[in-house]
Amino acid sequence: MPQYAAIIYSKDVDWTLPEYTTDMKEYNEFGQAAAAVIRGGAALYQTSTATTVRVQGGKGGDVIATDGPYAETNEALTGFYLLECADLDEAIRVAAQIPAAWDGAVEARPVIDFGG
Amino acid sequence: MTEAEARAALVRLVRDEGRRVLATLARVLGDLPLAEDAVQDAAVRALESWPRDGVPVEPRAWLTLTARRRAIDILRREAARAGKEAESVIEPDDPPTPETVRDDLLRLVFTCCHPALAVETQVALALRTLCGLSVAEVGAALLVPEATMAKRLTRARQKITKAAIPYTVPADHELPDRLRGVLAVVYLLFTTGYAPTGTPRPDLVDEAVRLTRLLRELMPGEPSVLGLLALELLQDSRRAARHRADGTPVLLADQDRGRWRRDLVEEGVLVVGEGLRRTPDVPDPYVVQAAIAACHALAPTWADTDWAAVVSWYDVLLTVADTPVARLNRGVAVGERDGPAAGLAAVDAVGELSGYPLWHAARAELLARLNRVDEADTAYRAALAIPQDDAQLTHLRRRRARLAGR
Repeated sequence: MPQYAAIIYSKDVDWTLPEYTTDMKEYNEFGQAAAAVIRGGAALYQTSTATTVRVQGGKGGDVIATDGPYAETNEALTGFYLLECADLDEAIRVAAQIPAAWDGAVEARPVIDFGG
Repeated sequence: MTEAEARAALVRLVRDEGRRVLATLARVLGDLPLAEDAVQDAAVRALESWPRDGVPVEPRAWLTLTARRRAIDILRREAARAGKEAESVIEPDDPPTPETVRDDLLRLVFTCCHPALAVETQVALALRTLCGLSVAEVGAALLVPEATMAKRLTRARQKITKAAIPYTVPADHELPDRLRGVLAVVYLLFTTGYAPTGTPRPDLVDEAVRLTRLLRELMPGEPSVLGLLALELLQDSRRAARHRADGTPVLLADQDRGRWRRDLVEEGVLVVGEGLRRTPDVPDPYVVQAAIAACHALAPTWADTDWAAVVSWYDVLLTVADTPVARLNRGVAVGERDGPAAGLAAVDAVGELSGYPLWHAARAELLARLNRVDEADTAYRAALAIPQDDAQLTHLRRRRARLAGR
């Protein structure tokens, strides 16, 4: 069966703060409801905790690490689920249950099967 | 039959049968792009060998067998390249029944019109896959360069495979939403064939009507399907009267109504009646357009048309589908109901159609009726300056010449 990364774009906040307890509860409920198709995933700290890494001058060149992506957008990549679904229609149905779907957006993207 | 005609007939046969073979093979393989490759290959072989060896007694069976073999070849080659055993050997099954073929075709319709694909991609896929148009023809139909169209279709095929867009008819609760997209695609197919301002393609019109009838069987009582079917039947009833022998168009006002197909008019009126009865609180744009078409179909002459009803229906249409073309047509109807001055005011008020020859032509007709001959001539010249079909240009030149001869 194909796998999909359900990539979550939502408000760029620290989900561990007490004020997001309700949001986390919703995500937990989704996690339980969709347990049959969830194969993995992660929630991420806000983008201000991120470090962008680039190597200048090709492989082996200078490592340039900069603070955050600092994109001026309302929605940021804040997590993802790995889903295993029969087809895109099922993936869309499951993705539509992720809280970010009504409070942001969820990108359902097929995962490459390297046949390992 | 000339050689060219024989060739064209053969191409039509291969396309028509090929799409049915494709629909079934896509289900059997569970892989639309693979099925497309296989059927494309079979079609090429048919066009090579049939002129030489004669058309087989059962062209569809021939195409099915050839496409199936080709698909197995492709699968084996891919398996060998990946160093794997070919997992699936496709067992030949009994020839599918007409009902199965029909269902397969519907699956194909819903896959091509899947909302995860951009609308323009859905339309392109339907034309390519359901109508068997070449990539260049799809590009021409949608006014997109061939190279752009080829890229778009390749991307679409990749997405169908990689994202596993299913090859199924949607569940009942999803059908109304999904149907809207399908109807838009089918109607575009119809208008591409009906070609209000170009060369008609009766094969596309027939295909669109056939697809619409299929959709009615799947969703009996669905007003938008009834509306679309009625609209298509009523428009198509005028097929024989819409053009002169030289291919130039004849305006609705000037058509020989004796050449309209009464059977299609009667069926269309019946179907639009059912569509109106089943319409929920919100009017359906197809039903309303069909109601307008029915006003014309039932009028003995242009002058005796119930213009008040036509204008009222356009007013309803504008509440659900406000387009410049609908406003233009309403303006023309106002001109018939209230006289050319009122019509001209309504047509001028549309104002967003200066690149649309029929807008200038409508103004020219109304100006001529107001004896503002110079302005009418200017409007005809503006219409003629816009690139368009030769037959349409000839038609406009004739109207302009008639004006000069007054």
